[in-house]
Amino acid sequence: MSNETPVDKMSFEQAMGELEQVVTRLERGDVPLQDSIALYERGAKLKKRCEDELKRAEEKVAAITLDAEGNPTGITPVEGL
Amino acid sequence: MSDLIDEPTPGLNAPEFTVTEISGAVKRVIEGEFAHVRVRGEIGRVSRPRSGHIYLDLKDDRNVLSAVIWKGVANRLATQPEEGLEVVATGRLTTFGGQSKYQMVIEDIAPAGMGALMAMLEKRKKQLEAEGLFAPARKRPLPYLPEVIGVITSPSGAVIRDILHRLRDRFPRKVLIWPVAVQGANCAPEVARAIQGFNRLTPGGALPRPDLLIVARGGGSIEDLWGFNEEIVARAAAASEIPLISAVGHETDTTLIDFVADRRAPTPTAAAELAVPVRMELMAGLDGQGARLSHAATQVLSLRGQRLRDLSRALPKPATLVESARQRLDSWGDRLGPSLSLAAQRKRVQFSEASASLRPAALTRLTGDARRRLNERAARLDPALLDREIDRKGRDLARVTQRLSLVSGGQIKHWRQELDALDRTRQTLGYRETLKRGYAVVWSGAQVITTRAEAEQSPALEIEFQDGRFKLGGAAPKAARAKPEPPEQGSLF
Repeated sequence: MSNETPVDKMSFEQAMGELEQVVTRLERGDVPLQDSIALYERGAKLKKRCEDELKRAEEKVAAITLDAEGNPTGITPVEGL
Repeated sequence: MSDLIDEPTPGLNAPEFTVTEISGAVKRVIEGEFAHVRVRGEIGRVSRPRSGHIYLDLKDDRNVLSAVIWKGVANRLATQPEEGLEVVATGRLTTFGGQSKYQMVIEDIAPAGMGALMAMLEKRKKQLEAEGLFAPARKRPLPYLPEVIGVITSPSGAVIRDILHRLRDRFPRKVLIWPVAVQGANCAPEVARAIQGFNRLTPGGALPRPDLLIVARGGGSIEDLWGFNEEIVARAAAASEIPLISAVGHETDTTLIDFVADRRAPTPTAAAELAVPVRMELMAGLDGQGARLSHAATQVLSLRGQRLRDLSRALPKPATLVESARQRLDSWGDRLGPSLSLAAQRKRVQFSEASASLRPAALTRLTGDARRRLNERAARLDPALLDREIDRKGRDLARVTQRLSLVSGGQIKHWRQELDALDRTRQTLGYRETLKRGYAVVWSGAQVITTRAEAEQSPALEIEFQDGRFKLGGAAPKAARAKPEPPEQGSLF
């Protein structure tokens, strides 16, 4: 396994990319049995990481409030758009 | 002017007009003064109502002149008015008293080359390009899945709604709107400030810093969009550390910010599409990966299981491996016992045969025979036989010796006679025999003298006779003169 970055520190894109590599390697079938078990476990972790990211998707819209000089002072929720 | 004096107003010198009167007066002045003018300017906003007339603005960078092209004229114009086009319009000025406006009635219109504003924009563009702000190498990739998206646009209106809708459809995200004026004098400074403001936010601060910015505005005239052509906006966008998508106007509108943005979206909706991937597709893709993962893992095991079964099937049974060996062992083992006794028996027979003839009587007979032969030989061994043989050999030797001395004595005598004969010959041939016959040899020392001249020069002479030398007076010859001493046989012969 070339990349042993902890899964929870990966971006969605990285996790997705590595998951694809893991799957491809497993499918090629030339991985030693011992390694393939470890690969499968890592693949499962990567998949969970991506799924969590996808499930977390939620919309939150806010507008920045500005003072008289146009500097940001805070945010105010925006609804109904 | 005479009218004015005809009706004086008490207390005031200045004449009094009604609004209509003054409007009429202005109209007369204007129409009289500008009955035929040529005006150069860029065409701004153009509107074509159903009436068929064309209303448009002529402008330069400071002023605007409203103009109208009546339907009849519009139909026969060679050049149709287009926004942004710099033209020279020919016509007259008139007033529109109802709205206190004046305008130009255009009778003809002709292009005058690129509009001043556009020319200015072009110049600006070239300068920024020369600075490398448009270089493809400057463009950063957009984040695959931004956490927070900053949208710089008007907080009301269709644009933000379009963006939010499309984001919601694809992948709901956190959106921060930075409200700005999207046209007019405030547009450029506010947009520039918003880009800088978003960049100043710190990640994880009270206000979340966006991963991606969208600068958006709906379609509009070139004047409406002009703010996005301003240099401060372009420079702020170029300096943005956060990747930025520009989505200003419609697809055909290109403003300066489009050149410096990391990506240009043709519309605000398209900007939302560039910003996030489609969540459902990702989920489907992820499910697909998951399925492939478990399938592959199962496959890994089942393939190996299959292989194991195949191999074990091919593996022969242990019993069959040793069967034939065991058979051979059995057969040899069976033969082992009998063969030993057979071999022993065979040896025993041989032994019996050999030992049958081995008896002491046979040995005694053998030695008796040998002893008899020995005695016979010893009886024939007689010393007299030997002496006789010695005698015979001794006689042979004496005879041979006698013959040898006889032969050798004769030989020596013969050789002596030959030698004497040879010596006689030698003496006859030598000069001394000549001396016996009365000749003499004259010597000077060791040298033979054969001429008178030599004799005269010699200090002493000797004459050799048959019986010796005779010295002729004088002293003995000097050693020096006698130095060359020839051998006995000189030139005498």
